[in-house]
Amino acid sequence: MGGLAAAGGTAICTSATLGQEQASHAGHAAPAGATTQDPMPAMGHGAMMTVGDVDSAANGFDPTDMLTDWETGTVSTLPDGRTLRTFEMRAEDREIEIAPGIKFPAWTYNGRVPGPALRAKEGERLRIVFRNYASHPHSIHFHGIHAARMDGVPGAGMVDPGDEFIYEFDAKPFGCHLYHCHAMPLRRHIHKGMYGAFVIDPDPERRPEHVDVARSRLLGTPENAGWQELVMVMNAFDTNFDAENEFYAVNTVAHAFMKRPIRIVKGKPVRIYLVNVIEFDPINSFHLHANFFDYYDQGTTLTPTLNRRSHHPVPGTARHSRIHLRRA
Amino acid sequence: MNETLPRAAIRAAKTNLVWLALPLIAFAIAVAWILSADPLSGFRNGAPPIENLTFERTVLDDSGLRLLVRAGGSEPMTVAQVQVDDAYWQFTQDPSGPIARGRAAWLNLPFPWMLGEAHAVKVVTNTGATFVHDIAVAVPTPQATTGQLRLQALVGIIVGIVPVAVGLMFYPVLRGVGRDGMAFLLSLTIGLLGFLLVDASAEALELAGEAAAIFQGPVMVVLAGLGSFLLLIAIGRRSGAPAGLALSTYIALGIGLHNLGEGLAIGAAFAAGSAGLGTFLVLGFALHNVTEGIGIAAPILKKRPSIWTFIGLTLLAGGPAVIGMWLGSLATSAQWSALALAVGAGAILQVIIEVGAYLMRQSERGRDVFLTPPVLAGLATGAAFMFVTAALVNI
Repeated sequence: MGGLAAAGGTAICTSATLGQEQASHAGHAAPAGATTQDPMPAMGHGAMMTVGDVDSAANGFDPTDMLTDWETGTVSTLPDGRTLRTFEMRAEDREIEIAPGIKFPAWTYNGRVPGPALRAKEGERLRIVFRNYASHPHSIHFHGIHAARMDGVPGAGMVDPGDEFIYEFDAKPFGCHLYHCHAMPLRRHIHKGMYGAFVIDPDPERRPEHVDVARSRLLGTPENAGWQELVMVMNAFDTNFDAENEFYAVNTVAHAFMKRPIRIVKGKPVRIYLVNVIEFDPINSFHLHANFFDYYDQGTTLTPTLNRRSHHPVPGTARHSRIHLRRA
Repeated sequence: MNETLPRAAIRAAKTNLVWLALPLIAFAIAVAWILSADPLSGFRNGAPPIENLTFERTVLDDSGLRLLVRAGGSEPMTVAQVQVDDAYWQFTQDPSGPIARGRAAWLNLPFPWMLGEAHAVKVVTNTGATFVHDIAVAVPTPQATTGQLRLQALVGIIVGIVPVAVGLMFYPVLRGVGRDGMAFLLSLTIGLLGFLLVDASAEALELAGEAAAIFQGPVMVVLAGLGSFLLLIAIGRRSGAPAGLALSTYIALGIGLHNLGEGLAIGAAFAAGSAGLGTFLVLGFALHNVTEGIGIAAPILKKRPSIWTFIGLTLLAGGPAVIGMWLGSLATSAQWSALALAVGAGAILQVIIEVGAYLMRQSERGRDVFLTPPVLAGLATGAAFMFVTAALVNI
């Protein structure tokens, strides 16, 4: 791995400033044909763009903020000395704006789409308190390894409106997983917005052969602080219910990062946790302009499974984990 | 006595006024109550509003695409985004803001359309409902330039005026026909008009189907057709049944109105690029319309009209095709073409009735004349000729 890493491309632009602070951008509701003052002219899509801007304040979530917004829950210690990590999750119906001017009657976890990006450490005991304030029965079905009775499918952890269920299992295996509602009809429950990223960091003590890599992936370590981590949930919305998507996005809002590029620090490696929950399509792609990346399928390894220029994750089942962006 | 009478009359008129106002006031109260008390709120079940969007005109030019859309929702509609070929495009709306029911707005997109290729425009409203409009063949929309107008006038002349003139030129030959020949020619006219009636009605109804719901297309077509039929009958019969030149004029008028609708339809198709108006097609229309001239000539075979009469009849029957071409390619929507065709169909029905009545008077055999060989042959020939030549123009 090259020590120096940087990224650029469709959604990512290099900058010396830190983090995801608000970047000022012209070009919202720009007059037809007008070119905007993009910092990177090459990424301009000209007039091929949605018109206007989404009201993130009214939505209660912002696609840019969600890139770095990890939900780590509350931590306590069990009698046997193990760490217990508790997440509070609730289902609720909410109308959200998924593209400028377009309202979608969503079903959400914690009022946002995608739901909170849950993050834990390998080997921890996880407890997810799930309350259903929505109008339909819902569940949380975690990908990963757990007991069948915690699977969140009909007959095991399905929660009626007004009810509560506690999912409890060990965090394993480490990697980039996802969760979604498994109530029937599954397709509708997913594309209405009930999904999110579920990341389990490797425990360096259990990975002596790649202890440095493991430490770099463990949230809260100094090594991890040397990385810029972004969580991206590729999703889409079928607004007219014809089993075809009208809007595609990363973190819900279509074209959000075309209008407001993701800002990263030059020279600092980037790791992307990428989840694909797009319904109806057999395959979708992810690529970076003018960059190669290391690819860790499912994130369950500490060495790359591929070096790619672009990748085509399969929706729903496939989610791929960790992308290390290197300067090409 | 003389003073009381008007007073009584005034009182009676006042009473009448009260009786007239009473139901209106009652209705106004009912409306006010429904609006304020909202007794129908129980029906509100959270369903999204009904939305409907009709694409009335599409203009393709150097600045991109322009679409005239008419809203037909239960509430004002908001166009949120516009896709072309599955990609979102920047657009401006004129006038901007929600489009009220029955109102229209232009959507302007700086889309680099490709000549001769197909594009699909999809409008997404704020509720996520979508409305699709296919541009079958992208061609520049005709502009109102002198050259364009001249070209369209030429097409209008070829399909409208030339065939009528050619048909009328058979006049000297036809003058010599006997009574059976006359019956044949008049029934030939009825046959071809019968074809036009069916053709125009069908086309009007088809176009009416494309128009926005607020125009109530099919009902509008039937009412406009019947209205023009009754109006023309009333005008034509104000001093007896029309005969001779008057009848010829009505035939020319009916055919002219039909040609106006036809011109609108051809012009609109021309503008939309969906009908490449090839030479073959234009000639087909011309041949198709030749019998119209013969039909116009039939009632005046025993008169001696001046040359100006012939010119006037030709322009009345064929001229509207030119006007139709202009309006159709520059500024029309489906409902106006449907309306013109419906009015034309009504006019044709009037002419069929009048020519039939004239035929009966000519023969002195009353209704039985329709069962004589020359009339049956004429009806069949007229309709068949139109049908066969129509095959040339229906692609």
